[in-house]
Amino acid sequence: MAKGVKPRVKVPKTAQAGGTITIKTLISHKMESGQRKDKEGNIIPRSIINRFTCDFNGQNVIDVTLEPAISTNPFIEFEATVPEAGDFAFTWYDDDGSVYEESKSIAIA
Amino acid sequence: MQKIKTVLGTCAAMALTAGVAMAGPAEDKLILNEEIEMVTVTTAPDHMSDAMDTIYSGWHFRGVETRAMQSDDFDNPGMIAVEQAEDAWNTVDGSEGKSCASCHDGSDSMAGVKPVYPKWSEAAGEVRTLEHQINDCRENRMGAEKWKYTGGTMQGMVALIASVSRGMPVNVAIDGPAQSMWEQGKELYYTRTGQLELSCANCHEDNYGMMIRADHLSQGQINGFPVYRLKNTKLNSVHARFKGCVRDTRAETYKPGGQEFIALELYVTSRGNGLSVEGPSIRN
Amino acid sequence: MQFTRRDALAVGAGAALVAGLPIRAMAMGDEYIEAFTGGAEVGEGGITLTAPEIAENGNTVPIEVSAEGATEIMVLALGNPVPPVATFKFGPLAASQDAKTRIRLAKTQDVVAIAKMDDGTFAKASASIKVTIGGCGG
Repeated sequence: MAKGVKPRVKVPKTAQAGGTITIKTLISHKMESGQRKDKEGNIIPRSIINRFTCDFNGQNVIDVTLEPAISTNPFIEFEATVPEAGDFAFTWYDDDGSVYEESKSIAIA
Repeated sequence: MQKIKTVLGTCAAMALTAGVAMAGPAEDKLILNEEIEMVTVTTAPDHMSDAMDTIYSGWHFRGVETRAMQSDDFDNPGMIAVEQAEDAWNTVDGSEGKSCASCHDGSDSMAGVKPVYPKWSEAAGEVRTLEHQINDCRENRMGAEKWKYTGGTMQGMVALIASVSRGMPVNVAIDGPAQSMWEQGKELYYTRTGQLELSCANCHEDNYGMMIRADHLSQGQINGFPVYRLKNTKLNSVHARFKGCVRDTRAETYKPGGQEFIALELYVTSRGNGLSVEGPSIRN
Repeated sequence: MQFTRRDALAVGAGAALVAGLPIRAMAMGDEYIEAFTGGAEVGEGGITLTAPEIAENGNTVPIEVSAEGATEIMVLALGNPVPPVATFKFGPLAASQDAKTRIRLAKTQDVVAIAKMDDGTFAKASASIKVTIGGCGG
């Protein structure tokens, strides 16, 4: 597991039934591109978050393939429809096989 | 050698006068989390009123995207380090079985601390930066190892302590026992260094608002430190920034954490007395 | 008309642009675009790519892509050593086909976004982003 990886998500606590909300996500990760060299001139191996998904009550909202050109601490913002109360599940997939998960509940206002 | 100096001097002069077209700080207002109105422009403190009338946070010299990124704690990647420091704040470390919280309660008890640092320590009989004070706590209260002055763990803690004072005005004391250190800092600020023979003032007092190559020169205010730089995507300390600037004048630099930079930090901080504490801010 | 050294340089640079760069850039992007579209024609319109004209630092450049009715949007940075940046696939609960992220650009270049629409067509938008260098240290 890469060091110091911490997922953060920002989801409103409530929404209108069928309403639209904005979700922001950020995960602390160095996103080593595989293009850099260390002091001895050896290539530092690629180590990135390569995929991010967001689902709500088992249905997909967004599924993102990330490449090394995504900045350190990957930030992704998007909009979701909230048909009913339930849970958002966020998943980040690391090159090293680690999977980081976060979830947020939302109520209908 | 003299010839080389002249050529380099000319380059520096050209760099400083090249981009007058985009002069001036951006007109904008920083409201943090749609809640805290930050003071990013104000009247210059009395001690420098002969040098300039108005002081501007470095925030005004950054592009629109960078300015927006700092206005929301979620968008600000520097806040990741603050969250990690919050964990460290509550974690027992060292031989005494203490965490920061054992003595200081919640990290919000630090509100009001950052605005007055660097500060004269009566007990130690010297001017101290927040980093020195943190390491003093770690060594002498917690029995823990010192943190590296410019390192990520230390700067995360400085950022946490700064973050709870955001919106409060910088207000370091420059008289009394701190005065001689402040005078030293002022002298360093106006001393030309390196092959380029540039002082802090040559760029940040005489030419702020102008372009130095593709970069918009700020007043060199440090009310936003620690700074998350887009360039290296981590928190940067005041002393690492000083070191970078002195190095860029092609000079041997002083040591981060050393007396020269403590003095300079006190002086430069005092040039921002009245601006809001912004750390962790975002710069390029 | 006098033909100065500066003119010669300008002509030379122009020739290099015409002769070299676009072909290389096309080749770089084409491979990925073809893999995405399966060789289908790519139209214009119906997709927007929002990015700063001048990025303060190439390490962290905010961008936004938006294409109503898209099922997928692929983003390529044609001047990067490896052009692919990200591909956004929108699920049934996506309220819009709109996403923001922050990307790395190695130098001044064109960034391209290609949307696959739900009717199977493709649309493209591009943005030219200048990546600046720092004041002293670079």
